[in-house]
Amino acid sequence: MSELKSTGPQTMDAPTPEDALHEAATLRGRDQTDASGRLVTADGKSLKSSLKRALRMQKLRALMLIAPLLIFVLVTFIAPIGSMLFRSVENEIVANTLPMTTAALKDWDGTTGDLPDEQVYQNLFFDLFIAAEAKEHTKLGSRLNYELTGVSSLFRQSGRRLDDLGEVYQDPLEDLNDAWKDGATWYDLMSGSGAGDTDLVDDQRRRYNALTQSTDRRDIGFVPSQAISQMLPRTARAYTAWATFTVYADEDVVAEEDPWEAVHAALALDLMADGTAAKIAAYSGPRADLLQEAATLEFPAADFKTGFGEIDEDWLAHVTWETIKTYSPKYTNGYFLNAVDLQKTADGFEPRPENQRIYITLFQRTLFMSLVITFSCIMLGYPVAWLLANLPARTANLLMILVLLPFWTSLLVRTSAWKVMLQQQGVINDVLVWLGLVADDGRLVMINNQFGTIVAMTHILLPFMILPMYSVMQTINPTYLRAAKSLGATNWTAFWRVYFPQSVPGIGAGSILVFILSIGYYITPEIVGGTKGVFISNRIAYHISSSLNWGLAAALGTILFLVVLLLYWAYDKIVGIDNVKLG
Amino acid sequence: MKLNKILLASSALTVAGGLAFAASHAEMANSMTLVSWGGAYQKSQIKAYSEPYMEMHPEVSISWDESSNEAVAKLRAMNEAGNITWDLVDVTAGDAIRLCDEGLAMEFDPNELLADGDDGSSAEDDFGDLLVSDCFIPQIVYSTTFGYRTDLVGDTPPADVCAVFDLETYPGKRSLEKRPINNMEWALLCDGVAKDDIYDVLETDEGQQQALDKLGTIKDQVVWWSAGADTPQLLADGEIVMGSTYNGRLFSLIEEQDQPVAMLWDGQVYDLDGWIIPEGLPEDRLARVKDFVRFATDTQRLADQAAYISYGPARKSSAPLVGKHAELGIDMAPHMPTDPANSGNTFLQNYSWWADYRDDIDAKFQAWLAQ
Repeated sequence: MSELKSTGPQTMDAPTPEDALHEAATLRGRDQTDASGRLVTADGKSLKSSLKRALRMQKLRALMLIAPLLIFVLVTFIAPIGSMLFRSVENEIVANTLPMTTAALKDWDGTTGDLPDEQVYQNLFFDLFIAAEAKEHTKLGSRLNYELTGVSSLFRQSGRRLDDLGEVYQDPLEDLNDAWKDGATWYDLMSGSGAGDTDLVDDQRRRYNALTQSTDRRDIGFVPSQAISQMLPRTARAYTAWATFTVYADEDVVAEEDPWEAVHAALALDLMADGTAAKIAAYSGPRADLLQEAATLEFPAADFKTGFGEIDEDWLAHVTWETIKTYSPKYTNGYFLNAVDLQKTADGFEPRPENQRIYITLFQRTLFMSLVITFSCIMLGYPVAWLLANLPARTANLLMILVLLPFWTSLLVRTSAWKVMLQQQGVINDVLVWLGLVADDGRLVMINNQFGTIVAMTHILLPFMILPMYSVMQTINPTYLRAAKSLGATNWTAFWRVYFPQSVPGIGAGSILVFILSIGYYITPEIVGGTKGVFISNRIAYHISSSLNWGLAAALGTILFLVVLLLYWAYDKIVGIDNVKLG
Repeated sequence: MKLNKILLASSALTVAGGLAFAASHAEMANSMTLVSWGGAYQKSQIKAYSEPYMEMHPEVSISWDESSNEAVAKLRAMNEAGNITWDLVDVTAGDAIRLCDEGLAMEFDPNELLADGDDGSSAEDDFGDLLVSDCFIPQIVYSTTFGYRTDLVGDTPPADVCAVFDLETYPGKRSLEKRPINNMEWALLCDGVAKDDIYDVLETDEGQQQALDKLGTIKDQVVWWSAGADTPQLLADGEIVMGSTYNGRLFSLIEEQDQPVAMLWDGQVYDLDGWIIPEGLPEDRLARVKDFVRFATDTQRLADQAAYISYGPARKSSAPLVGKHAELGIDMAPHMPTDPANSGNTFLQNYSWWADYRDDIDAKFQAWLAQ
């Protein structure tokens, strides 16, 4: 409505026709039309756009009012859940820990049954060496152990014995000339002269940061010369990797420290490579004399394959390499496949062995038992809610307290109480035996199975069913029932045709609450569920807190989440979510 | 003017004093958060370790967190968030190995961090084989073993762990832990596999199936527990004839609560419990923790703990010092899992083996349970 306000002094008494004229004139002055006939406001802008602006301002103000809550929910709820669910596909650890190995493995054809070639083993040595120094190799070991039994100790033990592989090359060098024992020698040699290879430094910084999940950007105080990095590529890479590690992890100065065995091994490999000797002979940078001397050395032939085989024969097992290759990509569907009892193979996936399939069964059981629990809650809750809604206020209040009482008791206490009630030497069995209904040696098994879980959870979730039903039933006008009866309906007809349809929204709301709560329940099934009454959430908890397989836990959680969304959608289609009332 | 000078001088003094105070205390933090299992075990640690320590260092405050159960997951989460709030965490050896692998626990040199034994042996020799990981500071030896109802086993109380699989002589329910560790070993042992071959057999698919088949013979009669308190409660209620749990729980059931229950020491599986120091502590807190841990794991302190709970001290040099129970006044030595009378037939859990095989065998075990 536009502002209609009297403008003249005539309004001291009742409005007169003159007032109306005044007002009409005022309105005409405001609502004008422009040349093209559009409505415009007093300041000449189109009515439509200024209305939009006003609304936008209003919306913005509303948004700002809810902003604290929105940000809170985003930061503390949506973001953590999102990042947790993201773990179900994230698999960067393999490529981050073994970047050169996984790159070299891309060209390896696992289907022929041949092992990877020597180059892959060399890359593995250099990758694993840094990883072991950073103590990251065992993480990768536990990650891959989820896929292949035994990898955990393979990585742990190999990490300890890598030095042996490098010492083969370190000893001859140091025997040849004591200068190789001095960190400064290496520093001078590698720094060389002329332009520096800053790309290599950046590469190794990136690699270090990826490996340790850090974001260090400090200058390491060392750049290999381009001449060196072209002549001795492996050495330059290994030395730069070591230098980065020395500065970032150990906080030491590069020139003062002795490099790792891996750097010696890299130098030996470079010296043995074809064509290096000629380049060294022509080289004239700092410590060229040392290099030329070393070039004459006879190193043991490079055979890292055998070396790794001696550390652990699993390195010569085809399946080890197949697993590493299969899990090389940064993202994997492996966790999701595991979560539905499949396993990822080099080419696609296949069902798990029969004796390891468990998750599909658990999903089915979780859904089935949640439905049973929801149904039991409806059957038990409906009469109670009806009583609450129809009894006189005083009695209803007393009943209400009885319904709410369990809410105020600890969940663990309630569950443990059921244990006392249901166990074979428990209250119910004792009473039955005393009454002579069951024999003493034939006591009923009512706990540590599905029955126990259903009973305990029905009891615990009952209030979530009763309260929404009660609030809906309270709004049903009792005169409808009376009217139905006065028109000749029987009690049953009156209830079924008149009362029940009006109470359906309460049943819907209660069912959704109970079903969704029970599908994710964990404590009660753990305590009273035995082996056949546990839910999928018990496995999720196991993988989160015990096996640390968070990827699989996230995949199971995501699937559970999607199942709930799917059921919600189906519910909306069948019953209609508008028909749900929480009060 | 004069007043100003005095004010200036005094404030300068205050600042200087404050700095000196801060400097002298920068090396060691004055508060610590220790994580343990709660219950009687944590009480024994408070009595034996933290109370004497706080008497020596009244400026230190120690708070306890009963989170050892979820310690591995929580430490990982803290590490990812970059905010370690715990200073010292009590975990089992298996968890310590995993934390070490994950880079969440600090590696240390035992001879440097820990005190020498009272008998003059170096820390490394004193703890011996129990230093199962580079990150693990052993504290106690406990065992998972069986207890049985003396009134439900007839005239022939079981003397052999294989009584668990003997439904004819000992009918009734028994309780086993709801995980494969220990159960698989017992099953193979009672299926005629020699003790030394158990892990070799268990490495093969057939061996795993053999163990599950043996467990299958009593599956209907087993109540599976997941909390250490379950078996004592089931025994006290007479729900089961026999059941496995930690020996300390059985000790309190038998000696403190006086229930008609007895220990079956045969076939007990030793396990270790001890401290780990989280990786990445700031220097002042680390210094305090090192100081505390050196004190709390010396020969006398480990022996003291045995006065409150029936777990064996991890140091060899502590064993002769084990005395009487602090409240009951009974000799504790015969209740120790390591006592010669009890340790005729024992295992030490094979940690490195289980670190490799637990994911695989657990999947099979859970699938078998669900069938």
